[in-house]
Amino acid sequence: MKIHEYQAKEVLAAAGVPVPPGEAVDTVDAAVAAAEALGGSLWVVKAQIHAGGRGKGGGVKLASSLEEVREYSDAILGMQLVTPQTGPEGREVKKILVAAACDIASEFYAGIVLDRQLGLPVLMVSAEGGMDIEEVAASTPEKIFKVSFDPGTGLPADEAREVAGRLGLEGGLVEEMAGLLQKLARCFLDTDASLAEINPLVRTTDDSLLALDAKFSFDDNALFRHPELVEYRDPAEEDPLETRAAKFGLSYIKLDGEIGCMVNGAGLAMATLDIIKHFGGEAANFLDVGGGATTEKVTEAFKIILEDSDVKAILVNIFGGIMKCDVIAEGIIEAAQTIELRVPVVVRLEGTNVERGRELLAGSGLDLISAPGLPEAVESVVAQANGGADS
Amino acid sequence: MSILVDKNTRLLVQGITGRTGTFHTIQAVEYGTTVVAGVTPGRGGEAVEGIPVFDKVAEAIAATSANASVVYVPPAFAADAVLEAAEAGLELVICITEGIPVLDMARVMKTLKSDYPGTRLVGPNCPGVITPGECKIGIMPGYIHSPGTIGVVSRSGTLTYEAVHQLSEVGLGQTTCLGIGGDPIIGTTFVDALELFEGDDATRGVLMIGEIGGTAEEEAAEFISANMSKPVASFIAGRGAPPGKRMGHAGAIISGGKGTAPEKVAALEAAGVQVALTPDRLGETMAGMLA
Repeated sequence: MKIHEYQAKEVLAAAGVPVPPGEAVDTVDAAVAAAEALGGSLWVVKAQIHAGGRGKGGGVKLASSLEEVREYSDAILGMQLVTPQTGPEGREVKKILVAAACDIASEFYAGIVLDRQLGLPVLMVSAEGGMDIEEVAASTPEKIFKVSFDPGTGLPADEAREVAGRLGLEGGLVEEMAGLLQKLARCFLDTDASLAEINPLVRTTDDSLLALDAKFSFDDNALFRHPELVEYRDPAEEDPLETRAAKFGLSYIKLDGEIGCMVNGAGLAMATLDIIKHFGGEAANFLDVGGGATTEKVTEAFKIILEDSDVKAILVNIFGGIMKCDVIAEGIIEAAQTIELRVPVVVRLEGTNVERGRELLAGSGLDLISAPGLPEAVESVVAQANGGADS
Repeated sequence: MSILVDKNTRLLVQGITGRTGTFHTIQAVEYGTTVVAGVTPGRGGEAVEGIPVFDKVAEAIAATSANASVVYVPPAFAADAVLEAAEAGLELVICITEGIPVLDMARVMKTLKSDYPGTRLVGPNCPGVITPGECKIGIMPGYIHSPGTIGVVSRSGTLTYEAVHQLSEVGLGQTTCLGIGGDPIIGTTFVDALELFEGDDATRGVLMIGEIGGTAEEEAAEFISANMSKPVASFIAGRGAPPGKRMGHAGAIISGGKGTAPEKVAALEAAGVQVALTPDRLGETMAGMLA
């Protein structure tokens, strides 16, 4: 689960990491009031959407008067912000963060992710702050310092000090940075984060350290023990169909093509997208109905796929294992009877009792196209989506 | 011959009294697996299908000489269940549970490496392990498998069944089929499985099914070019997957431009592995390498 920058800063502040004072608002008047309450003479107005690169798209502005706060807030709120991470359609800005600006002496990067190969969380720091860290990692990997740590005990003080010492800081700031990094590590573990990133982490001209921007995402599997983080969920940032699918235990991801897919198992579902592409089609979605493919799930899956107006044909690809093909065929027929299938449906069944399953589909009187094999099914569904009169 | 499990395996089921645990215990017994004990804290003294239930893994081992465990415990408690099995001295723990917090698994793996190096964990979030005709541990449909000479290792469930089905169609049975799981942190990796199959006399070739996310396939490719004498065929799911999206499995995600299918395919092909372009050619690709 991703959260907004202002929420990430709340999480950091609660963990003892210093962040600039600021307030998240959703109207222009509230933005001006927030700036006034913050005081000072320089503010930053930042669009709050779940995507990086906001500055490049005009979603971050520096305001040197309350009039400018009003002007920029008015421009940013409600805008369709396009960044390299949003896709060409962009994302509507519904909230902005108004924060006190500060005088920056230098910028750093600090981030924690899970290293899958090591099986441990890894802290990465760099004096190349403010940059796209993936670019730094690709072009000058020697400028990134890494240290893995025990998820049971956290980042030890000596290791935090060692890595902080590589950032060119002097005097007491090394110790301060080390303490900040330890708090970030503790925060990563305590919140079951999958990403905890401060970029930039700045040293101000009066020698204090501040998390100027922050990005967090959390392990969905661990949210059951973090009800306080679930409160941060922003449904406006999520695809409504993906959210609805999740409620029914379906794993659904909207894609750009025209062929709706219903498959049992994540690996087979991915492989189905691959073979559709191989035969010249484009999938409209990824959808894993689960190993069992019960009637209830199949029914809901059909409904969700059909909500997508781009869908011109549907491919059902099920491998019947413990739940045998005849039982799955009955489920598909029952589901197909309760909803109006406005597009052709090609069904490919394989596995135990497959002959019986295909007979049931053929004898159902429904307009289901039963294909003997996966390549045949895919060829057929691609032709159907293209308006062809295949089989 | 086979790897990990065979007719001498004496299985203990952690979470045997749950719906999933009970269902798959019955399936395993029907297949011929020797299931000797179940464990559910607080339910000691009961029985499931005639199999005695104990409160603790250690008690179950003492009473029944169980030598492997399968975990069907819900996600919030699964990590502790795995560690309990390791602490009790079991050398093989197969965790089926899906949805375990990834940091829990990081802690488990750290503890296994430092305190219980003799315990091998398979999974989590996997279908399990089957040696056809001898022992089935997990949620795979037993009857699609047949004894033979191919080792199968996979990050996916149904795609493995698909692979097994296709192997049968080309007349190839399996020594052992091993699901290593779709999570970011897992106990047994492709490299571990390949090493076991390389050392198994009965295995003539290995079918390895990978997917996007992480670098496990690249590590496997390195191992194959340095250490494998047996042919390896492969398929990588997710060529058509968009970046930044979790494709059903917690571990199946292209992040920061890393973990894409073309990278994995290139690494494997450079190691002499034949990679099937589409998922309907798993069987024929393996058969072609043995011919």
